Amino acid sequence: MGNTSESLKEVGQSLPRKESRYKVTGQTEYTHHVKLPGMLIGKIFRSTVAHGKILSIDTSQAKSYPGVFAVYTADDIKTIIPDPYYGPAFLDQPILAIGKVHFVGEPVAIVLAEDPHIAENAAQLIIAEYEELPAVYDEVEAMTSDVIVHNELKPSGTFPDLKHLHGKKDTNIALDYHLKRGNPQAIFDSADHVFEHTYHTQQVMHTPLEQMVSVADAQHDKITIYTASQSPSFVRLEIARLLGWRENQIRVKVPHLGGGFGAKLYIKLEALVVATSMLTKRPVKISLTMEEQFYTITKHPTTFKIKSAVSKEGKILARRCDVYWNGGAYADIGPRVTQKSGFTAAGPYDIDHVEIDSYALYTNRPPSGALRGFGIPQLVWAYESHTDEIARSLNIDPLEIRRKNILKEGRPQATGTLMKGAEIEKVLESVAEKIGWDKPFDKGTGIIRRGRGIAVAFKAAVAPTTSIAIVTINADGSCILSMSSVDMGQASDTSMAQIVAEVLGVKTAAVKVSNPDTDMTPYDMATLGSRSVYHMGKAVKLAAEDAKNRLEKMATDMQMTAPYHFRDVFIKHYGMQAGSIVGYGSFIPTYTSPDKKDGSTLNATPFWMAGATGVELSIDTETGHITIDRLINVVDCGNPINPEIVQTQISGAAIMQLGFSLTEKMNLDSGQVTNASFADYKIPGFNDIPLVMENEAVKAYQIDGPFGAKGVGESATFGVSPAIANAIEDAVGVRINELPMTPELIFMAMRKAQNKS
Amino acid sequence: MNQLIPIQFKLNGTVIQTEVQPHQNIIELLNKLHLKGARESCGQGLCGTCTVIVNGTAVSGCLEFAKSLDQTDVRTIEGMEVNGVLDPIQESFIETGAFQCGFCTPGFILMTEQLLDKIPNPTDEEIRHYLSGNLCRCATYPEILKAVHLAAKKRVAK
Repeated sequence: MGNTSESLKEVGQSLPRKESRYKVTGQTEYTHHVKLPGMLIGKIFRSTVAHGKILSIDTSQAKSYPGVFAVYTADDIKTIIPDPYYGPAFLDQPILAIGKVHFVGEPVAIVLAEDPHIAENAAQLIIAEYEELPAVYDEVEAMTSDVIVHNELKPSGTFPDLKHLHGKKDTNIALDYHLKRGNPQAIFDSADHVFEHTYHTQQVMHTPLEQMVSVADAQHDKITIYTASQSPSFVRLEIARLLGWRENQIRVKVPHLGGGFGAKLYIKLEALVVATSMLTKRPVKISLTMEEQFYTITKHPTTFKIKSAVSKEGKILARRCDVYWNGGAYADIGPRVTQKSGFTAAGPYDIDHVEIDSYALYTNRPPSGALRGFGIPQLVWAYESHTDEIARSLNIDPLEIRRKNILKEGRPQATGTLMKGAEIEKVLESVAEKIGWDKPFDKGTGIIRRGRGIAVAFKAAVAPTTSIAIVTINADGSCILSMSSVDMGQASDTSMAQIVAEVLGVKTAAVKVSNPDTDMTPYDMATLGSRSVYHMGKAVKLAAEDAKNRLEKMATDMQMTAPYHFRDVFIKHYGMQAGSIVGYGSFIPTYTSPDKKDGSTLNATPFWMAGATGVELSIDTETGHITIDRLINVVDCGNPINPEIVQTQISGAAIMQLGFSLTEKMNLDSGQVTNASFADYKIPGFNDIPLVMENEAVKAYQIDGPFGAKGVGESATFGVSPAIANAIEDAVGVRINELPMTPELIFMAMRKAQNKS
Repeated sequence: MNQLIPIQFKLNGTVIQTEVQPHQNIIELLNKLHLKGARESCGQGLCGTCTVIVNGTAVSGCLEFAKSLDQTDVRTIEGMEVNGVLDPIQESFIETGAFQCGFCTPGFILMTEQLLDKIPNPTDEEIRHYLSGNLCRCATYPEILKAVHLAAKKRVAK
């Protein structure tokens, strides 16, 4: 202990996850397992229509079912929370439906009983009558539809750029972000070539294996919430706001999560368990089934119209992007996704004339939110498919056209912010080298045809967001890191402990990490968008340095000189093994909001992420079946805190995106999800993994990151879908412009092409 | 619904006498007995998160009635660690970093044991095939593949 060596000892080591032993022995405490004395279980009665006025809700049979404790509707909720609407961007979502339902699956009533089976049976006895209204499901239709999902828009006040939408009527547009740089129209009018394509993405769900689950224990003037949430600080803030209570009356405790991926952000079940616990004066737990998760939060379906003016040499001169985000019935964080991803919709290219219009739309689908990439994978799907289509039309090599246009260090990106510290070129070149782009490639001549494709992408990290950390040194020299970052499998506990250990000169294994408990752990915006390593990592480093400085000052005051054992400093100062040292660290990056007129900002983000993908695949031309032979993902995550965990993050993200690329799609029929189960909704299993996977974090250093690090959870999702589409066209000459790229779709495209020729 | 059925079975070597309701599944019973390793996730026997070993065979605990355990020998993840010493399979999962959130991990470890009991030194192909009934949404499959190979080696060494 007390080691002050310059070379890094803990950071940069591939240490196993701190909680490893708990995970392999099945002892991890998830919210899934929380049981409290007297606890009631809630089962939700859900809407069967996509858009309708509620005429009546008959709960009488459910109430008289033996063993039922209570049945509630919005009328009951309103007795304790008069205005029960929540949401991070818009206060649009009621705890239980009020007056109207806006999507199939919307919670309408809740049954509470000690026995979950009783609650479930009784919920089926509730009868609701609706006057069905016309519904809108498509994001482009929603722009001009007569069907209006919400009568009036209610921005939450959290985001200044939503203020102008307050009280707006007769629209489904929950945010319109406009960016204009240069004079694209003039360029389009005079360019050698103009290309225009439209791409679509489908609705998918995160499907964390630990389903969404929350427990509330409400008492007279305080409430404890146990919840599988990625945003404990937000839950506290929002519940306090709903109740008109102080934040210190709400305690939110979050253990490890059984997966999150963006599903467990903001308010999901927390408001409902709080309200029903207050009404029943009993602890209440709600655990969703896998099916119910599909009706809770999903990934935005999108339509992206992209148009480029290109010189005959392949230089992109101007680009216009129209992006429509299908936000479903409630905005959730959709408006943020629309704006933040809007910044980079034109891709990692140096284009002088850019126009971006990005719209968040309400429809009568299940709500959409964040899913591993915060909108970026939907954009990359379009702009990197488009890049290859341009290259093919101009007979330019796909790698060459990217090299010709790539955004170089120090050049302004579409918003005007200078690109700094993103190894975009390096990740692209590394993929090209690994795949052997300049070497001959056997494309086959028989039934099986082979192809390869590449894609490169970047992301502006969401800003501005705050992280606070506390590092305590105990009198025996042991230390505790208290933070509200949520470890949902990405190993934040381990990497943050490595940072503390490095600063204090102790072993990572000896650093205890306190999981989020808002009474004990300080504020953190949320665990999302690959923000933790950079933001919380910096706060943690500052807190550890603060603790170290205090300890050193105490030692100096006692005329002690290093090396010394921490404990001896305490004994000397306090006369016995007593006392504590508390170090504090707080971090918020600088940020400049985009200009209202042209969407520009000189400071769009604290850091850029970069990722590139290379794919080799085989297609059975008789069936359209694809085999991914090789999947290469290269990212820039700065200097990895834990290299092996970074590798796992890269391959995990890529495989998840592989599911969204090839098999996953929520099928809707009149707003009803017809495949809301693993029987019909296919997530990747062992047999779906490419035979060869290569991952790399390029040598990089994020200049202001903690020990040069930055986030990595999403980077390998970016390029997977378009790299596959590009490889499909390379193999069989057809272009797929919608996801997922199923064998049927490929086969039909091939037949269509044959019929044409 | 309130009917109670007495059952007796062996759970990780200890004889358990208890009563279950006719509709309760194995996972509900294990939770009542304070075991947390087998977890219900998809609820349809398709993800393997609820895997338990009954009379030497892996079953989906979310699909089987608890009363079916009467007079059986049940093994769960909690039975793998002996006197504080981890099984070589558990060690291998740690050493190769073969999990992220850990929710599916007990199911994968129990199925790996079943696999290695049948095929002590499996090929990649055999591992993929045998573990294809278990799902990991974090997609830690490449690491699990390594873990199984390492476990096979460790078992031979033992």
